Amino acid sequence: MHQELIDAITEMNEEEALAIAGRLLDQGASPVEVLDDCKAAMEVVGKRFEAGDCFIPELIFAGDILAQIARLVKPRMASSGQTPHKIGKVVIGTVQGDIHDIAKDIVAFMLDINGFEVTDLGVDVAPERFVEVAKETGAKIVGLSGFLTLAYEPMKATVAQLRALDPGIHVMIGGGQMDDQVRDYTGADAYGKDAMAAIALARGWA
Amino acid sequence: MLPENFATLTPELKLEARLADWMSTDGKPFASPEAAEKYHARAKRYADVIQLREPDRVPTTAFTGDLQQHFTGATLGDYFYDYPKAAAHAIEFFERFPELEYFPASNFEPGPVYDKLGYTLYRWPGGKLGPNQGFQYVEGEYMGADEYDALIKNPDGWLLRTYMPRVMPGVAGLANIPVLLGTTELPFVPFFFAGMAAPPVTAALETLLEVGRMTLEYMGAMGQTVGYAVFGQGMPMTLGGFSKAPFDFLGDTLRGTRSVMMDLFRRPAKVLAACEALTPLAIKMAVDAAAGAGVPFAFIPLHKGADGFMSDADFDKFYWPSLEATIRGIVAEGVVPAMFVEGGYNSRLARIAEANLEPGTTAWTFDQTDMANAKKFFGPWAAIGGNVPGSLFQTGTPETMRAYVAKLMDTCKPGGGFFMAPGVVLDHAKEENFRAWLEAGLEFGKY
Repeated sequence: MHQELIDAITEMNEEEALAIAGRLLDQGASPVEVLDDCKAAMEVVGKRFEAGDCFIPELIFAGDILAQIARLVKPRMASSGQTPHKIGKVVIGTVQGDIHDIAKDIVAFMLDINGFEVTDLGVDVAPERFVEVAKETGAKIVGLSGFLTLAYEPMKATVAQLRALDPGIHVMIGGGQMDDQVRDYTGADAYGKDAMAAIALARGWA
Repeated sequence: MLPENFATLTPELKLEARLADWMSTDGKPFASPEAAEKYHARAKRYADVIQLREPDRVPTTAFTGDLQQHFTGATLGDYFYDYPKAAAHAIEFFERFPELEYFPASNFEPGPVYDKLGYTLYRWPGGKLGPNQGFQYVEGEYMGADEYDALIKNPDGWLLRTYMPRVMPGVAGLANIPVLLGTTELPFVPFFFAGMAAPPVTAALETLLEVGRMTLEYMGAMGQTVGYAVFGQGMPMTLGGFSKAPFDFLGDTLRGTRSVMMDLFRRPAKVLAACEALTPLAIKMAVDAAAGAGVPFAFIPLHKGADGFMSDADFDKFYWPSLEATIRGIVAEGVVPAMFVEGGYNSRLARIAEANLEPGTTAWTFDQTDMANAKKFFGPWAAIGGNVPGSLFQTGTPETMRAYVAKLMDTCKPGGGFFMAPGVVLDHAKEENFRAWLEAGLEFGKY
């Protein structure tokens, strides 16, 4: 662990974080180590988010710093032959009829950082597409996002089709107008109010 | 009619004059004395709530986004492209719900206008979306980080020559409009108009003319629904103009959510300067429209200042100061800013209350905010309402709805200053739940 890199990220110090990451890699730190530092930093940011000490701007900005570090790391990753360990597969997307992606992108990113192999299907995703990709990837966890009340029906239809594919599949829902009443209505297993809730749910199911 | 000396009045008297004009039935084309009487009683009830007097009953208002379409069997696309059909369905909706007391704004929109402009910011039903997909914003960065200075120096000019051509390719030629200093001397004028005569500019101006005519056609159909509801049934309008918090203008459709959030770290001073530069426009936009409509309420949806979106410190620094200035600027002109507070505002209530806004000049419709706290912090100085969840309309039962309304009334009704409303724009609902909501509002709303 390189505490100074972790601190630079958690303190939202973009230039310093990138400089430290570049220096560590140049000095021979392994790409996986640097990514582990990023993951540790994101855990700190996530915990602060959960505790109400940081918010969407911090999540987005820290995420952007991480993405930039990932771009530095990637070319070296291929040559090192190392790949990070994944703890489970998740298929995620915004349901049919809804084209909002901000919250869904944050959840997908946070799941990825926390060790999940995430297949992000984007927005306006038909129930059939969720089923097809869950089947292809063998994912046992599906995240359905929706910002508007129009998302309730397609969520319900998607849950039904996923259950028909595999009754044991775990489905979580989240987004602007979602709550536990909507979880009941759609037949999903859980409602998560934010990215940290989604991670906790996915960990419980992985 | 407003008094002749209106411009010289204090904000309080301006508000009184605008409300009196709005409430008045004189010279308005009511279909019957009964309609006029209903109109006046309902308008007065609403004005009482705004001005923190206890009315005879809690008024019930709603934004019925796509609800009319779903209940009457029209597609959402019909409401964008088939004006006569949309007007007929809107009227059918009003006939079916005579308990509705105020004209409910809906997603009745001029699709052909957006097509003609090539509007890129949104997708809408019957356009790029299917006939039953609701209109939605396409998240993106529509203003570069390097454009802050241009926006700050001359927001209207930048919007006209850079932003409009970008998001409305149908009027791309506006980019070539010469600077208006060319109108200030006789010998300059020919040069100015030589610039205006350039083919891209004339093409853009012709498109604007046509779009204006198309908008009038749309407004004619909209006028039929207003004629039926307002003048036939006595349903006052409660939405006269629109505006937004300056931070939301900047963050929603200029910089986009991701970019503006990162700007808080990368260029905070520019964000603040841009919000400040947009504030006079945000005020004028609300006041001009409300004054033009004779409906002294400006709808201001609040987006990125919600709980969880940013810290209290960022809210205090980036979001609230320019919103407060906008609210005060609108109030100074005697128009009521009606904030539509999306998401939760629990951690903001006490902070906003500290601003000591003038009592009886603002309205706040809450979504997921704790209403006991809203009443505690806002009740003494502002009209509040909202909070009936969209999910309850869609997935609840008439019984759960009735119970919710009864509890909300218990919490918020005492002392007045409260209106019953959904916490969201209602796009979907079970009809029996919508009806139960209206009936419970009437039943539990009496003082």
